[in-house]
Amino acid sequence: MSLAFQVFCQGIASGASTNDCFGTGSDPSYLRWMISAWGWTLAVALLSLIVALTFGSVMGVLRTTPNRALVWIGSAWTELFRNIPLLVQVFVWYLVLPEVFSFLKVVPGFLMVVMALGFFTSARIAEQVRAGIQSLPRGQRSAGLAMGFTLPQTYRYVLLPMALRIVIPPLTSESMNIIKNSSVAFAVSIAELTMFAMQAQEETSRGVEIYLAVTLLYFASAFTINRMARFLEGQLQVPGMIGGGK
Amino acid sequence: MELDFSFFDGAAISSFIAKGMLFSVQLTLMSMVGGVVLGTLLALMRLSGRSWLAVPAAAYINTMRSVPLVMMILWFFLLIPLVLGRPMGAELSAIVTFTLFEAAYYSEIMRAGIQSLPRGQIFAGHAMGMTYLQTMRFVVLPQAFRNMLPVLLTQTIVLFQDTSLVYAIGAYDLLKGFEVLGKNFNRPIESYLVAALIYFAICLSLSMLVKRLQARIAIIR
Repeated sequence: MSLAFQVFCQGIASGASTNDCFGTGSDPSYLRWMISAWGWTLAVALLSLIVALTFGSVMGVLRTTPNRALVWIGSAWTELFRNIPLLVQVFVWYLVLPEVFSFLKVVPGFLMVVMALGFFTSARIAEQVRAGIQSLPRGQRSAGLAMGFTLPQTYRYVLLPMALRIVIPPLTSESMNIIKNSSVAFAVSIAELTMFAMQAQEETSRGVEIYLAVTLLYFASAFTINRMARFLEGQLQVPGMIGGGK
Repeated sequence: MELDFSFFDGAAISSFIAKGMLFSVQLTLMSMVGGVVLGTLLALMRLSGRSWLAVPAAAYINTMRSVPLVMMILWFFLLIPLVLGRPMGAELSAIVTFTLFEAAYYSEIMRAGIQSLPRGQIFAGHAMGMTYLQTMRFVVLPQAFRNMLPVLLTQTIVLFQDTSLVYAIGAYDLLKGFEVLGKNFNRPIESYLVAALIYFAICLSLSMLVKRLQARIAIIR
């Protein structure tokens, strides 16, 4: 079996090889399609990550408060979004919610997928944040309160600055997971990498070449995120903690 | 929009859902057993201290863990027929994929379980005259399994959720059952809602069971 990577220079519409391997606006090549699909993958992943970090941190914090109702809300949130398969959640956001709540029909489908992936991941992040806060000595909270801080102030100035730095390593692996999980968006026809892989494979029958390129792009994206997070980790490390503080 | 769930009755379950459920459970159990066995072997290779065993195992595990599961499902569905020279059903292809894919994740759990044991356990085994494999078989693995059982089961719940991804190659699993049901009765919205509810009920009760198990089997040291 021989590999024929020329397939990427083919025009999608014409099927003929394009001169610069990139094609024109009316006849883009598979390479151009793949690069735009990569953009969609990164867009879905990064926007979902913002949603996930926001909701995940809030819900994780709620689960550590002394207020029972707030703890319940945080726990219910986590269990709800953790115990339904991501693909099913994507279908619920993309297909079901706009039918049930008609005002959601104006929201682009892309954003609905972002919400699905973001909320799904927020449940995992909430777990990490909760564990991070609970890993702090109990005296920290008492000390904050004893200093006359209100509970929100204790979180803002005492607990979170420590806890958020502690949870960066597990959050790194969640950020890499979100790139991988964004592949589920293929099911609702978001033009991201997996969708590209399936369609281009069908059109060209050059599955191995196309899957290989797509897999490498996933590798590259996850690796880049990993390096960025490692850098951040180094900058924000808590001195004196295991994990190599200075 | 009015939601109408009246189509969801015993007949719907027996003719659409049961078949999918059966496959999802079968896929979960088979890849759990296969994945744990293969994963344990990979973990032992990785910890063996011999680089000709450790390096390939680490490479395999890291590759599997860096590729989205959907891509892996597509890869195997494409490659298995090329290698075998004849097409393979989506269901069988899914079982092979999940076993090989989950092995990477289970092996990381087993590795953590083995590494969490005191080093003296291995020395004790050797001192008793056992070989490396005997030490693993009779001393280390039984303890690692017990310590890691809750984590292994939690991973299996994740695996059960992930089986829905066979959607990519059109295998008939639980989710597919709901999709076909929704199409047949022209009630896709309600069908997906019931699907979400059922997955939720199954996974929540399983994870509560795992929590109880965890409390019961924890070894007090």
